[in-house]
Amino acid sequence: MSGVPAPQDPDLLRRLLRAKDRMDAASHEAWPVARLAQVSGVSEAHFARSFKQAFGVPPHRYLLTRRIERATALLRDTDQPITDIAFQTGWESLGTFGRTFRDITGESPRAVRERARAVAQDPGRVPACILGAAHRPDLTIAVSEKRRQEAGDITRPHPKEV
Amino acid sequence: MSQGIQVVGLYVRDQDEALEFYVEKLGFRVHTDVRNGDYRWLTVQHPDQPSFQLGLFKPGPPVLDEATAQTVRAMVAKGAMPPLVLSVDNCRAAYDRMLARGVEFTQEPVDRFGTVDAGFRDPSGNGWKMIEAGR
Repeated sequence: MSGVPAPQDPDLLRRLLRAKDRMDAASHEAWPVARLAQVSGVSEAHFARSFKQAFGVPPHRYLLTRRIERATALLRDTDQPITDIAFQTGWESLGTFGRTFRDITGESPRAVRERARAVAQDPGRVPACILGAAHRPDLTIAVSEKRRQEAGDITRPHPKEV
Repeated sequence: MSQGIQVVGLYVRDQDEALEFYVEKLGFRVHTDVRNGDYRWLTVQHPDQPSFQLGLFKPGPPVLDEATAQTVRAMVAKGAMPPLVLSVDNCRAAYDRMLARGVEFTQEPVDRFGTVDAGFRDPSGNGWKMIEAGR
């Protein structure tokens, strides 16, 4: 048996894409292989193998990454409690959510939220007018200092700076 | 206007099927449909955009060798081709109309900060976003 699998039939790929689209559209729903296989019109045994060959990841892992992606966006962009986000993105328990989240992202949901908020407070988010004032060049003093030095040069010449 | 983009092509698995989809379901018009042996140059147009043609091309010989054509067919069927965007006046109305005609939607209309967008695919797998800009 060759190490390179035979190319997949485009009609099969188009039907597998339909299953992927359905997971994208409703990643919070349960997607057992039987349901996905039905969308694609193939047997359950055939589905998981074909999906992985087509898209590079097993269907279940694809679904988990889409859920984590959505949960990450909600942690960052909303103030919803983490428990609500877990249930809203399709997990049946907070424990499973936290564990899977850490497995995939390497961080806890809380850490991701806290980091997102810390970033939100960096100077990049300071209103432009305030930031402009804070970073305004100290021109008045520099000009007056320059003039004073120039005046000093005239009345009291000193060695050239090296 | 005498300068600008005139034709951009899509790869489709079947030109008759694509023609039916873009004309009957999306309301485009045929601009050019000419054959030369097995080769068929087929372009359609949006009724409001007479200076632009969307080509509906079938990958295969003599333009592409059979192995390359097979790769292209697989990419289209996997939804791996670049995104396409259709601009509409009323996304929800267009969604209802197209859904009734059997268009395969991948995303129902969603409101995002004043714009409404939906997603659909052509029979080959080319993915479209349909966007109604905010007023």
